[in-house]
Amino acid sequence: MISGLLQTPLFGVGLTLLVYTLAQWLYRRTHKILLNPVLVSIAAIILILLSCGIPYQDYAQGGDLVLFLLGPSVVALALPLYQRRRDILKRKKSIFVGIAAGAVASIVSASGLAYLLGGSRPVVLSLAPKSVTTPIAISIVEKIGGLAPLTAALVVLTGCLGAVCGPEFCRKLGIRSPVATGLAVGTASHGIGTARMLEVDRLAGAAAGLAIGLNGLMTTFLVPCLFVFFQ
Amino acid sequence: MVRGMALLLLFQFLGEVISRGTGWPIPGNVLGMVLLLIALARRWVKVEWIEEAAEFLLANLALFFVPAGVGVMMYFDLIAGEWLPIILATFISTFVVMAVTGKIADRLEPESKDGP
Repeated sequence: MISGLLQTPLFGVGLTLLVYTLAQWLYRRTHKILLNPVLVSIAAIILILLSCGIPYQDYAQGGDLVLFLLGPSVVALALPLYQRRRDILKRKKSIFVGIAAGAVASIVSASGLAYLLGGSRPVVLSLAPKSVTTPIAISIVEKIGGLAPLTAALVVLTGCLGAVCGPEFCRKLGIRSPVATGLAVGTASHGIGTARMLEVDRLAGAAAGLAIGLNGLMTTFLVPCLFVFFQ
Repeated sequence: MVRGMALLLLFQFLGEVISRGTGWPIPGNVLGMVLLLIALARRWVKVEWIEEAAEFLLANLALFFVPAGVGVMMYFDLIAGEWLPIILATFISTFVVMAVTGKIADRLEPESKDGP
C-alpha cells in the first residue's frame, strides 16, 4: 500500500517542497553560503532516495511536475527585463561584449582543461555547453556528439557553483556594479545563478536573466564553429 | 494569478511552436521570453495581467531546479569514470567565466560612479 503511494506524484512533489522548505529555513538561520537551499535540497533528496532504495523514476512522477514550472518561469523573466529596460538599454555594449567574451571563455576553458587533463573525447565535448541553460545545452551536445546526461549533470553542478560562490567571488574581484555581477553569474551559471541574483538585487537578476538567453544563443552558434578544429 | 499563468503558458507554447517549427536549437521557453518581452513593449500585454503569476514563479525559481539536480544521481557512474578532468574543468571554468564576463562588463559600464 505504502509502496504504491510512492509511485504517485504526491510523493515527489511533497518531498521536494518539504525538503526545500527545511533547506530554506536552515539557510535563513545560518546564512552560510555553502548551505545554498538548492544544493542542500538536491543532496538531501538524493540521500533519502538512495538510503531508502527508492528508484529515481518513482521520485520523478512528482519531480517532473515541479520541474515543469521551470518553463513558464523562464518566460516570466521577461517581466524584470521589461521593468528594467532603460537600465539595460543604456548598457547595450557592456552586456553584449561581456556575455560574448564569457561564452567563448566558457567553451574554451571547460573543454580545453578537460582535454589537457586527459579527458576522453565524449567528455571534452560534453563540457563545452555546460554554462548554458539545460534545454539549450542538451540540444547543443546532441548535435556535436557528446553525452547528453553528463552535460545535464554538469549544467546543474555549474549552476550551483555560481549560485553559491558567484556574488562573493565578484565582490572579491572588485566588481561593484549589480549589472556586471548579474551578467557574470547569469553567463556562468544560467537559471540557478539567476535565481540567486534575483534574491540579491532585482536589476542584477534581470541582467542574469538576459545572460541566460544571450549566452544560450551565442553558445549555440559558437560551439559548432570552435569544434571544427577538434574533429 | 490564473490569467497570468495562462498567458505565460501561452507564450511558452508559442515559443515551443516556433522552436519546433523551425528546428532551431533554441528552446521554446527562451523564445517565449523574447515574445513576451516584445508583447510587453508593444503594450499588447499589460504588466498587471502577468505580474502576480510572474512574481510568484520568479520568487520560487530556485525550487524548480531541484528535481533536475536530483536527476544527477542517475549518472554517478558516468562521472565516476573520469571524475578528475570533469570536476576540475567544471570548477575552474565556472570561475573563469564569471571573472571574464564580470570584469569586462564592469569596465564597459557607462557611468559606474555610484560612490566615492
